[in-house]
Amino acid sequence: MAEVVRRPAMARKTGGRSVSGRLWALPPIAALGVFFLHPLALVVQQSFTPDEGGTSAEPYTELFAAEVFHEALTTTVWIALASTAGCLALGLSLALVIAFVPFPGGKAVSKFIDVFLSFPSFLITLALLFLYGTTGVANGLWTGATGAATGPFDFLTTPWGVVLAEITYFTPFVMRPLLAAFSQLDTAQLDVASSLGARPLRIVRRVILPEALPALAAGGSLVLVMCLNEFGIVLFTGAKGVTTLPMLVYTKAILESDYPSACAVAVVNVLLSVGLYGLYRVVSRRAGA
Amino acid sequence: MTAAMSVAAPAAVDTRPAGIRFDQVSVAYGKHTVLDGLDLTVEPGELMALLGPSGSGKTTALRAVAGFVRPVSGRVFLGDRDVTALPPHRRGIGMVVQGYALFPHMRVADNVAFGLKARKSPRREIAERVAEALEMTGMAAYARRYPRELSGGQQQRVAIARALAIRPSVLLLDEPLSALDARLRSGMLAELARLHRELPDVSILYVTHDQIEALTLADRIAVMDHARLQDCGTPQELYRRPRTAFTASFVGNANLLPVTLGEEGPDGTVGAALGATRLRVHGGGAPASPGATATLCVRPHLVGLGPGPNTLRGTVAEVQWRGATHRLLVDIAGIRLKADVRELRTPPALGAEVELHFAAEDAVLLPATAAPEAVPGGGGHG
Repeated sequence: MAEVVRRPAMARKTGGRSVSGRLWALPPIAALGVFFLHPLALVVQQSFTPDEGGTSAEPYTELFAAEVFHEALTTTVWIALASTAGCLALGLSLALVIAFVPFPGGKAVSKFIDVFLSFPSFLITLALLFLYGTTGVANGLWTGATGAATGPFDFLTTPWGVVLAEITYFTPFVMRPLLAAFSQLDTAQLDVASSLGARPLRIVRRVILPEALPALAAGGSLVLVMCLNEFGIVLFTGAKGVTTLPMLVYTKAILESDYPSACAVAVVNVLLSVGLYGLYRVVSRRAGA
Repeated sequence: MTAAMSVAAPAAVDTRPAGIRFDQVSVAYGKHTVLDGLDLTVEPGELMALLGPSGSGKTTALRAVAGFVRPVSGRVFLGDRDVTALPPHRRGIGMVVQGYALFPHMRVADNVAFGLKARKSPRREIAERVAEALEMTGMAAYARRYPRELSGGQQQRVAIARALAIRPSVLLLDEPLSALDARLRSGMLAELARLHRELPDVSILYVTHDQIEALTLADRIAVMDHARLQDCGTPQELYRRPRTAFTASFVGNANLLPVTLGEEGPDGTVGAALGATRLRVHGGGAPASPGATATLCVRPHLVGLGPGPNTLRGTVAEVQWRGATHRLLVDIAGIRLKADVRELRTPPALGAEVELHFAAEDAVLLPATAAPEAVPGGGGHG
């Protein structure tokens, strides 16, 4: 009986809570609107406003007809995919070693990865320039040893240089969630698996990977989106032939002051990021993540 | 502990029955020795319990058999095969661990099939063996479930089925019941005893800190403490005639009284003085030299209230009611004696003077030791 009597009071209480709950949601939504959605809307609006005035899809039709845009689009996508694949492969193998192969200093390496995440991306590119640039350490050693005028290392200004820099910089972003997932794994499972006759590779494939798939998907999708939008690395490698969509936005907006075109490229870039990210999530969910 | 290993004729299973032999096995982490010169033989088909408190080295011994720790010295044999340097996946051992360690993303049937797939068994054979192992553990109806959809006891059965599916000649059980509640545990004890009867060729090494599990299941018990083997024998031997004070105390929670030995009488009993109290007990075969110190071991349930053959006087320090029995803690000459007596209608008051007694044949004389401390995990039995 007591329960029946109490029930309306409880209903009122939860009702009140949900109203105040909605109120609490207002400030973040407002902030999101002011700082994120509004500028995005402005960019979209600008992309439909050619310099001649009025509203038309002209910036897009011009853009889609331009050779430079097609190149930028393809370059952006393949560099991002290649970098993500490289990050996943390298990050997975490094994380496996750090988590499961005991070696002195393993903890320190794991800590360093945390610090690495806070480095700015151009720093890595700069370091690679010092190592493999035309006047870098590697070429210096070569010219010093052989007396040749130039060294053999000249890949930094090619798309492969960008891919190398992006893999170097973004791999820790894959490793962080993986290491967290590995630390959750019950090591007794690995013991049991090996006593049942499984070799290390089978244990990785059948026990560790399936359990770490969500972390791998999270790291992979993060890196994919970051690679699609990476600007600093491309700029700093000084790769002249490598024009990605963010570079194109920069060129159009800052160098050519062609704002409608720049905004159109930006909109395409945003759609591409969201689209590829969505596709990636769908695929990785299908895969069981 | 003989080094003799009998290798029986191949049985119906594809692996020959094989025992386990530790030959002077030591394991150390840095300077810290966790297993010190273990010499122990588990005969083919035998269930050997490794019993001891935590940190006694029992789990390390099991891990040395599985291949997860490499001994710093000594050798491990499975049957006549020296496996000391063999990686775990080539030893062909079934293993069940404390938390079951089922693969969470695999269904029950896939968990059980894991070892067979790793060994690349033919598909048809895998299906047969999985069905057989699940049948044996009573889990056939749950083949399509995921581990998270099972209770603790069911997960335990799956873990056992997974270990048995590869038809190992050696099965390692590492505290397999410690994650279960008391009621399930006694049910699983009976199950394990049945499996042991149904698999007469499988040698089982059973690590536990629970003396009841060891006494119930084991053919023999190896008692471990401080990285060393303290005692080894059948449960009855260890309980009735312990060879060390540690065994007496850890298995069955015996009273240990420091005594000074007296003359041997014509009836085979030996005089023993506990302070001013004169006692007569059976020597247990050991030559008694008058004047030597020894430890007298007597089980709480063999101590009676009132005067008798060996009478001790003391003051009651504590009375615990345990349903069918009362446990009296009585201070005698500075020593606290435990006595489990049939439930009393009027238990003695705290501080009261009481008399206790025990029969000469119920006591065991052990070599003198430093005053043994209360041992965790040894309480309550007997």
